[in-house]
Amino acid sequence: MTDFEQTWAEQIREAAASKTPLRIRGGGSKDFYGQQLAGTVLDAKAHRGVISHEPTELVVKVRAGTPLAELEAALLAEGQMLGFEPPHFGPDATVGGCVAAGLSGPRRATAGAVRDFMLGVTLLDGRGNRLHFGGEVMKNVAGYDVARLMTGSLGTLGVLLDVSIKVLPLPVAEATLRFEMDALEAVAQMNRWGGQPLPVSATSWMAGVLTVRLSGAEAAVTAACARLGGERLSEQAARAHWQGLREQSQGFFGGEAPLWRLSVPSVAEATGLAGSQLIEWGGAQRWVRTEQDAASVRARATALGGHATLFRGADKSVGAFHPLPPALRSIHQRLKHSFDPDGILNPGRLYDGL
Amino acid sequence: MTAATASLPENALREVDYSQVDVARLIGELRAVLPPVALLHDSEDMRPYECDGLSIYRQVPLAVVLPGTEAEVAAVLKICHSVGVPVVARGAGTGLSGGALPHAHGVLLSLARMNKILNIDPLARTAVVQPGVRNLRISEEVAPHGLYYAPDPSSQIACSIGGNVAENAGGVHCLKYGLTVHNVLRIRGVTIDGEVVEIGNHGLDAPGYDLLALMHGSEGMLAVVTEITVKLTPKPQFAQCVLAAFDDVIKAGEAVAAVIAAGIIPAGLEMMDQPATAAVESFVHAGYPLDAAAILLCESDGTPEEVAEEIQRMCAVLESHGATEVRISRDEAERMRFWAGRKAAFPAAGRISADYYCMDGTIPRKRLGEMLTAIQGMEKTYDLRCINVFHAGDGNMHPLILFDANVPGELERAEEFGAAILDLSVDLGGTITGEHGVGIEKINQMCRQFNVAERQTFFRVKAAFDPKGLLNPGKAIPSMNRCAEFGRMHVQGGQVPHPEIERF
Repeated sequence: MTDFEQTWAEQIREAAASKTPLRIRGGGSKDFYGQQLAGTVLDAKAHRGVISHEPTELVVKVRAGTPLAELEAALLAEGQMLGFEPPHFGPDATVGGCVAAGLSGPRRATAGAVRDFMLGVTLLDGRGNRLHFGGEVMKNVAGYDVARLMTGSLGTLGVLLDVSIKVLPLPVAEATLRFEMDALEAVAQMNRWGGQPLPVSATSWMAGVLTVRLSGAEAAVTAACARLGGERLSEQAARAHWQGLREQSQGFFGGEAPLWRLSVPSVAEATGLAGSQLIEWGGAQRWVRTEQDAASVRARATALGGHATLFRGADKSVGAFHPLPPALRSIHQRLKHSFDPDGILNPGRLYDGL
Repeated sequence: MTAATASLPENALREVDYSQVDVARLIGELRAVLPPVALLHDSEDMRPYECDGLSIYRQVPLAVVLPGTEAEVAAVLKICHSVGVPVVARGAGTGLSGGALPHAHGVLLSLARMNKILNIDPLARTAVVQPGVRNLRISEEVAPHGLYYAPDPSSQIACSIGGNVAENAGGVHCLKYGLTVHNVLRIRGVTIDGEVVEIGNHGLDAPGYDLLALMHGSEGMLAVVTEITVKLTPKPQFAQCVLAAFDDVIKAGEAVAAVIAAGIIPAGLEMMDQPATAAVESFVHAGYPLDAAAILLCESDGTPEEVAEEIQRMCAVLESHGATEVRISRDEAERMRFWAGRKAAFPAAGRISADYYCMDGTIPRKRLGEMLTAIQGMEKTYDLRCINVFHAGDGNMHPLILFDANVPGELERAEEFGAAILDLSVDLGGTITGEHGVGIEKINQMCRQFNVAERQTFFRVKAAFDPKGLLNPGKAIPSMNRCAEFGRMHVQGGQVPHPEIERF
C-alpha cells in the first residue's frame, strides 16, 4: 500500500467505526451530478499519475486522482484516446470521477461507454480493505466483474485507487456533415445509418439540424462523405460542435431550466415533453430542458422504454435518478451493504438509503 | 467466527452439505408445476446431462427440469428455494470449465426448450431472444436485414446465447467488436426466490449499479436468465485476411504488437504455433506453410476501400517485422479456407490425440514469448505434448494439452500441466480464464488470483442476489476452506512454483 492508501484506509476504518459519512471528491467538477453531497471530504485527487501505459497492449493503468486532461494528453502523444470521449465538466476533472460518474460523450453509441472500456480496478471498500478486481487484459472472466460495477456507482461502493482502461487508436480521418431536417426524420435517419456499414462515430440533432461525424480509415470516410452528401463542416467548426456537446458548453445547456437526460431506445418516438430538446447517440439520448414535473417526465421516459435522470437542476428532492423497481432496489441495497456495511461512502449521492 | 467473517454467508466459509434434501417433497412439488416431459428424475434419463463440454467431470443430479416458460422457471426456483436445494442452470452444455456440471444433491435446470427468437427490430438493431437460442442462429435469422450478432465463440454453431451471457463468451472477432457484455442491452431473469428482474433496458444504459456487467460471466450464480436483448451489428460489406508466416514465435508475437502500435484494430488476429498448424493442416488442408514456427491470421473488414487501405498497412507492418511469407486472401473461398484451419484447431487436436485439455489463460501480449518458452519446458516436465492457438490480438491463449485418459497417470499429469500454465498466467500479470469461465475446473486457481478479502467480496456480491447461496454452489468462487486445503497441498516447504518470477 502507498502512503495515501494507508492513510485513506485508516480514515475509512475510523469513519466506519464512528459511522461518519465520507464524501469522496476528486476535482469536484461533477459536484452538480447526482444527489446530496454529505460527509467529511476525502480528497482523492492527491493520488495521481499514470502507472503504466503500454500503447501496444491498448491499456493504460492510472491512479484515480490523475487529471483526466493529463491522461488524455499522455494518450494523444501516442496516437491514442479514450474511446468513450468522456465529458470533463471542468479543468480539474479526475479519472476516478470520470469512472465513478460513468458519463460518456458523443462517441458512446458506436464506441461504447466508460463501462465498456473498464478492465480493472483497485479500490478501498467501506471496511478499509484494499481490493483488486479485473486486470490489464482484454478478456477476463475470473470472478464477478466488479471493475465494471464501479462505473456509475458514484463512489457509493468504494474509494477508487487506480483503474485500468482499454484505449483506442485515434482515427486516421474524420469528417462532420450537417443536414437540415426535423427531429422525427433525424431519428429515423440516425437509425437507418446505424444499420449500415458506415463509419459513423457521433450524431446529434438540435433546432432542425442533424449533424453526423464519420471517423475511420481515410478511404472509408471519403466514401461515406460522397454517399451521404450534406454540408461538410470545417475542421474547426466540427471540433467546436462536438466539444460543445461533450462539455455541455454550447447554448442549449446554458440557463437555469432543469436539464433532463432521457435514455431511451434509439427508435423511440418524440418525448412530447414541453421545452427544447437535443438528441444524441443515434437517438438513444434525449436532452430536454423542461419545467415539467419530475413524475410526468419519468412516466414519459418509462413509457418510451427508458429512464430519466435529472442531470442538472436546483431541486434534487425529486431524486436525481429514475426510481428502481422493488426487486432491483433490494439487490442494490444488499450490494451497497456488502461493500460498505456502515453506509459511510457517499451516502445518498446515488439514491436515498444507498 | 471472527469479526472479519461474521457477516459472511456460510458458503463463503465452507461448501455446504445438501445431502439431507427432502427428495420426495422436491419431486412432488416440481411435478405439480411442470408438464411430465419437463421433469426427469430417472438416472438413465438424466445421463445426457451429467457433464458439459468438460467431460472429465461427471455427476448425475437429483432431477433435471426443462421449463418452457419464464413462469415455469420462476415456479421451479421458488420450490428449490423453499426446499433448500441447489440449482444449476444449463444452456447447450458446450462450456469448457464444468460450469454446468450438475450438483449431486441439486436440480439441473436446462433452458434448452426456451429457444425462441421473440422479436427482431431491424431499425433499432436489436433482437429479443430466449436463452436457449443458438448463437449462430441469431446471425442467420437477421442476415436478411444486413445485420449479424458479432460475438462468435468457436462453438457458435451449438452454444446458446444464455450460456454466452453466463460465461461472457468472446470469439475471434472480439478485439474489434467486443465480448458478450458489450453486445447485450438487457436481460430478464429470475432470482432464486422466484422474483422476475429486468436488468438493463432497450436504451444504452439503465439507472443504478451496472448489474448487467455483473450478470455477464457470473456462471449462473446470480440469477437464471430467461430473455436477452442483443445488439445487432451491420454486416461489413467486405473482409479480407492476411496469412503471415514467421520462423520464430517471438517474432510473430512482436509483429502482433507492431500491428496494434500502428493504430490498426484488426477484425481478427490469431496465432498458431507449428505443432498446431501441422495438426490442422493434415485435417482441413487450409494450405498453411508447414515450415513456419508460427503463423498469424490478420483480418480486416469494412468497405472495400477501407479494407484495401488497412490490408496494405497490415502487410507493411508484418513484412517489416520479419514475416517470411505474407499471403492475402484472393477471394472469399480462400479467406474461409484460412479461417477453417484456425476454427478446426480443437477437432484437429482430437484427431491426433485420444484426449486433449484446453486451457484459457490470458496474459499481456508482451509476455507471450515467456509463456511459450515456459510451456516448452512444461512439455518435458509433464511428458505431454501441447499445441498452441491464441487469440493473439487480446492475449487470450488456448494451449491444448494432448493426453490419453486410458494411460494411467496421463489425466493427472495433464491437469497438473494445465494448473502450471494457469499459475504462470497469474504470475505474468494475466488471468486464469479469458472466456471459458472458472466453473469447477479452475476453482483452485482462484485462490491464487484473488486474496481472502477479494474472495469474500465475491461471496457478498453473490449473496446480494442469492442470499441462501443455492445457485450453482461450489463453482467459480472457492470457499475459504477450499483455499486453505489447496494452499496446504501446493505450498510445501515454503516453496511456491516458479520462484524466479516476480509476483503481482
